[in-house]
Amino acid sequence: MPKRQDIKTILVIGSGPIVIGQAAEFDYAGTQACLSLKEEGYRVILINSNPATIMTDTQIADKVYIEPITLEFVSRIIRKERPDAVLPTLGGQTGLNMAIELHESGILDELNIEILGTKLDAINKAEDRDLFRNLMYELGVPVPESDIIHNLEEAHAFVEKIGYPVIVRPAFTLGGTGGGICYNDQDLNETVTSGLKYSPVTQCLLEKSIAGFKEIEYEVMRDSKDNAIVVCNMENVDPVGIHTGDSIVVAPSQTLSDREYHMLRNVSLKIIRALKIEGGCNVQLALDPHSFNYYIIEVNPRVSRSSALASKATGYPIAKLAAKIAVGLTLDEMMNPVTGKTYACFEPALDYVVAKIPRWPFDKFENAKRNLGTQMKATGEVMAIGRNFEEAMLKAVRSLETGHKHIEMKNPEELSDQWIEKRIRKAGDERLFFLGEALRRGVTIETIHDWSQIDLFFLNKFKNIVDYETVLKDYPHDKAVLRQAKRIGFADETVAKLWNTTESAIYDFRKENGIIPVYKMVDTCAAEFESETPYFYGTYEDENESIKSERESVIVLGSGPIRIGQGVEFDYATVHSVWAIKEAGYEAIIINSNPETVSTDFSISDKLYFEPLTIEDVMHIIDLEQPKGVVVQFGGQTAINLADKLEARGVKILGTSLDAIDRAESRDRFEEALHEIGIPQPMGKTATSAEEAIVIAKRIGFPVLVRPSYVLGGRAMEIVYNEEELQYYMEHAVEASPEHPVLVDRYLTGTEIEVDAICDGENVLIPGIMEHIERAGVHSGDSIAVYPPQQLSQKHIDTLTDYTTRLAKGLEIKGLMNIQYVISDDEVYVIEVNPRASRTVPFLSKITNLPMANIATKAILGQSIVEQGYPTGLAPIQQGVYVKVPVFSFAKLRRVDITLGPEMKSTGEVMGKDSTLEKALYKGLVAAGMDIKDHGSVLMTVADKDKEEAIALARRFTNIGYSILATPGTAKAIEEAGLKASVVDKIGSNGPTLLDVIQNGGAQLIVNTLTKGKQPARDGFRIRRESVENGVPCLTSLDTAEAMLRVIESMTFTAEEMPKQEVRG
Amino acid sequence: MTNRKLILENGIVFEGQAFGSDLASDGEVVFTTGMTGYQETLSDPSFAGQIVTMTYPLIGNYGINRDDFETIDPAIKGFVVRELAQTPSNFRCDTTLDEFFKMKKIPGIEGIDTRKLTRLIREMGSIKATLTAAGEEVDVEKVVAKLKSTTFPTNQVEQVSTKTPYPSPGRGKKVVLIDFGMKHGILRELNKRDCDVVVVPYNMPAEEILALYPDGIMLSNGPGDPKDVPEAIETIKNLIGKVPIFGICLGHQLFALACGADSFKLKFGHRGANHPVKELKTGRTELTSQNHGYAVDPASLEGTDLEVTHLALNDGTIEGLKHKEYPVFTVQYHPEASPGPEDSNHLFDEFIELMNVDTRKEQHHA
Repeated sequence: MPKRQDIKTILVIGSGPIVIGQAAEFDYAGTQACLSLKEEGYRVILINSNPATIMTDTQIADKVYIEPITLEFVSRIIRKERPDAVLPTLGGQTGLNMAIELHESGILDELNIEILGTKLDAINKAEDRDLFRNLMYELGVPVPESDIIHNLEEAHAFVEKIGYPVIVRPAFTLGGTGGGICYNDQDLNETVTSGLKYSPVTQCLLEKSIAGFKEIEYEVMRDSKDNAIVVCNMENVDPVGIHTGDSIVVAPSQTLSDREYHMLRNVSLKIIRALKIEGGCNVQLALDPHSFNYYIIEVNPRVSRSSALASKATGYPIAKLAAKIAVGLTLDEMMNPVTGKTYACFEPALDYVVAKIPRWPFDKFENAKRNLGTQMKATGEVMAIGRNFEEAMLKAVRSLETGHKHIEMKNPEELSDQWIEKRIRKAGDERLFFLGEALRRGVTIETIHDWSQIDLFFLNKFKNIVDYETVLKDYPHDKAVLRQAKRIGFADETVAKLWNTTESAIYDFRKENGIIPVYKMVDTCAAEFESETPYFYGTYEDENESIKSERESVIVLGSGPIRIGQGVEFDYATVHSVWAIKEAGYEAIIINSNPETVSTDFSISDKLYFEPLTIEDVMHIIDLEQPKGVVVQFGGQTAINLADKLEARGVKILGTSLDAIDRAESRDRFEEALHEIGIPQPMGKTATSAEEAIVIAKRIGFPVLVRPSYVLGGRAMEIVYNEEELQYYMEHAVEASPEHPVLVDRYLTGTEIEVDAICDGENVLIPGIMEHIERAGVHSGDSIAVYPPQQLSQKHIDTLTDYTTRLAKGLEIKGLMNIQYVISDDEVYVIEVNPRASRTVPFLSKITNLPMANIATKAILGQSIVEQGYPTGLAPIQQGVYVKVPVFSFAKLRRVDITLGPEMKSTGEVMGKDSTLEKALYKGLVAAGMDIKDHGSVLMTVADKDKEEAIALARRFTNIGYSILATPGTAKAIEEAGLKASVVDKIGSNGPTLLDVIQNGGAQLIVNTLTKGKQPARDGFRIRRESVENGVPCLTSLDTAEAMLRVIESMTFTAEEMPKQEVRG
Repeated sequence: MTNRKLILENGIVFEGQAFGSDLASDGEVVFTTGMTGYQETLSDPSFAGQIVTMTYPLIGNYGINRDDFETIDPAIKGFVVRELAQTPSNFRCDTTLDEFFKMKKIPGIEGIDTRKLTRLIREMGSIKATLTAAGEEVDVEKVVAKLKSTTFPTNQVEQVSTKTPYPSPGRGKKVVLIDFGMKHGILRELNKRDCDVVVVPYNMPAEEILALYPDGIMLSNGPGDPKDVPEAIETIKNLIGKVPIFGICLGHQLFALACGADSFKLKFGHRGANHPVKELKTGRTELTSQNHGYAVDPASLEGTDLEVTHLALNDGTIEGLKHKEYPVFTVQYHPEASPGPEDSNHLFDEFIELMNVDTRKEQHHA
């Protein structure tokens, strides 16, 4: 069927900020969709609040709105742009929920706007638990025994009927927020109470637990002609019970016979047809390992994380085709973009195995519950491709960048058998590695199966890996054994350990003996048809299909899995760098391991290698491609960390040299450089032991900022106020050694400033200066950044421009750099220089219209900033005010303290822009998901050192009619200042306590500053967590609170009484 | 594990490990892209005389079970896989692929670059090859010379067809199923619809078939070139117009030849579970299971009573025909699936319906 002519303008809704459960995959899907619609000649209007995305680049859509995805703002855009249709199915749960809200508000009917892709009715049928179950009954498709409950009593009644364990799934939430498995009454009370709160319709599904069943997913597509296909099926290594986003997944399914495969395929197609979805859909099924019994777990009537994975796993671009289907094109008339010769109406045949492993944030959140269940906790994922299961799995393991290169724990000898059993029985982020240890200790796969319910097929494969370690040990430097080890995916580093030699010795030994990988194409059709997709993976086979071209090439290293501190911003920069390389006339080659991103879309680069970003895997590609050089500055710390090893192997690093990188990152050399350039920094020194750290701290004076060198996102960074805390930090948080020194700096309070700059070796371009709302001490990634600076004097701006220019030149930067400054007592100090692309590149690029990564890449390739036609020095300040507001995923992570500090905790960001700071902040905060009420109560509980500032805030809250609730100490201070405050008892008192107030919705805003210590048991921690569980904004920095207050003040008129007239007698 | 070689007629050698039988074997190497269903594939009689390469690299994962056979004695000459599962896992698993092949005396080779082999077949077309005996050192040149001079037998249908008729009773429509190398799936689908089936040898004459008073005739799939079974073409000529006929795969090609059309050999055939086929009447596309090396030549349809009903979406080859006058329809693909998608399973219902209509018509005339 031809595309529709009756619609001209389409509004695409993006997915907003990155949060756990909704990440970069929607930038990939949204970008593909927008381009795909434009390609068909439609006018595309995009709304997305997330600036760190390719999709919000102005060339992706005809009009891009970076505005909050709320009814208020989307409606305004709709009224302004008058689209003919809305496409919500590419913006994740955010997009779908927005579509429902828009419909319910009546605006779509009023303006005669159609919803494309999945009709509202189908969204409701798939998302509303009750309607979904009814549909399944109608279709005769089994669903686990379940009941919809609206309160705790109904939940208990259900459990009485079917018994424990039961799964709680709140309706209309993302990534299973608020859900979980319950084994007893206590679990049930907790989970149901929070689940009901998270569900926008106060509804939860309780269902019989079918934990232990195989979990299988089908990615299906359907068009308006009712053609329906399966793009890919996937099998979770972890059985039912763990959210699929937190499961290790393989594609295609491994343990299903043809009958089982097609039984589940048939039902998946039946469902997408019944829902009349025009586009993509994800069906999750549970299959009994001992019979043909199966259940439908869930249907997502939209593109999802799984469809991004399926697209990368098969090469089949689901989102791109889903967008075309939404405008009426059908599968049988579109070409398969991979082969270019066959039609899109077919089912990809794989001739490799794909493994996906999630990346969890527990390395940053030591106190978080590491258990995995029905609520997703991963921030990102890696994918790897191999010609067998073991190879794919081990490649995925070393792509994770968690320090694991193999299925083993770091210090296995310290682990007791009991501990290992416990960590296998109860799924957690490290189960795969504990599994390896158990096998190494001779635990049988049958026993491990009993503990974990993981299919024996997979356990046997893991056993193959562990068994081969023994073979390797027994045959040192045996070529045939080494070749086999490489065929099953062993890293050189693992072999080196077993053979007591170095990684590079193994690499050289292999090269001498011709044991090198070949590259096979991902072509959707198992080589049945010729294709020209430049999408490759490495494996140890005979025939190499990746042919080096005649053109000179440049390799860009991607940033690997998304984690806190290294988010989608780095993929953004990577993609722009690739484009710039292509524009400069080189062949652009990318290496990356993240299936969610735009950079791993094979149509972005000239050649895509889906490989781990380890020195071994990267060097293989370099050996084959012989590039002009490698660009490392856009792939975050992942790529930077490879620079020295690459250079040691004779590879040319393009851009800032390794020596210059080291000068910026090694503390002592940096200090020397600053001294030379003549720029002040806070006093500080590196320490290689606890004793040394204490000596330094005493000399420069407490409080001090401590952190390990060479880290990203402020991992393990803390402000310590005394010797005791420092001692504790040095013993518990870091392992200081001469190779891994710890930095000890004077902690300066003051305004924090962030500057990004591009240097071509001669000239420096500073796109902009950003001022942070939160004072120094809060990680820049967690601070609200404001452009242009609102409070800086011209003098400071001049100083910052001068320092930045001198730093860029003095440190011999070629490409991008990012500098953090603090202005303390009217003096500008440098805190940190990052000789690479930063998190603020997309934000600033979008504001200033200077494509920073592009300019930087071309500068790296030898085209000066001036030759490119750009100005040098500080770029002219743009109109308006722009704020970058961080977004957190605390609701997903139990037991994590939400207090802001030097260690980064946010998962994403939004941009708010308007004519004044207050308006921009309002948009930013709203887009970040905060509910700003113009009246209500604020609950204040602050540390003694903050009381004075808190009183000033309390006064302003009182003036706009907010009532103040406070704990006794804080209340006393407020009352002494002549203001009213209702005392709320501390936790553990008899009367209504803080927790009751929060739980009962008695506070609309909470201001809590950190008291000493980080023990979760403390009251402050309970308060903060309670606010998260109840969805009440909790501000832990008085600066954020002040900003929030400014916004509320600007929203309200003051209510001041008339001044009393003095009656003179 | 002992070594084994796969030697192609053009001299290219793949070295891997032997599994299954230790015996050597010759055959035509073909590839199939189905990711599941190796048990159905290796027991599909249409593969008679062929060495089958699975493009999916992990084979044997769920073992071999008693249920999923398409014939009792597989007719393949060999099996080529990237990796054979040592420890299968599935609740229905009765034995391993290796054990089963040992019992059935079928040689297999694992550990070779099957994608390279597939690409070679794609470029050169299906090719003659030898699987060497396990552990045997051979003179490659001699093997190649022997392969070049060998002509493979053309009586595969005779080899795999039943020798004597047998019933598979039901209470519904009486169907004579002509076995050219029938997959059990076809019989299963007819029995599922309660047909009273008699399976007959490929060479049973038309009058004997009609003497069974069938409501309809089913022409099964089968191996090889349709032109190698002239007797069947004659039989079908004499059946057209007598009762409704439904043909699958080789049955489809034989019907076309019986109506005066011609067939030709495809370069490397259609083998897999993901082949889109478009029904011309409705415009709907279905995913089908396919396994054929020959196809009906569209140019040869002119002047015949044949009408094209289905086309392969990708290469435009003929996938379905019907007779313009009589109740006969045939498809090149496998509506019985096993292995593969069941999208076109409804064709069996249409066959039943055709027989119903035809019976009513007869009653009307009487």
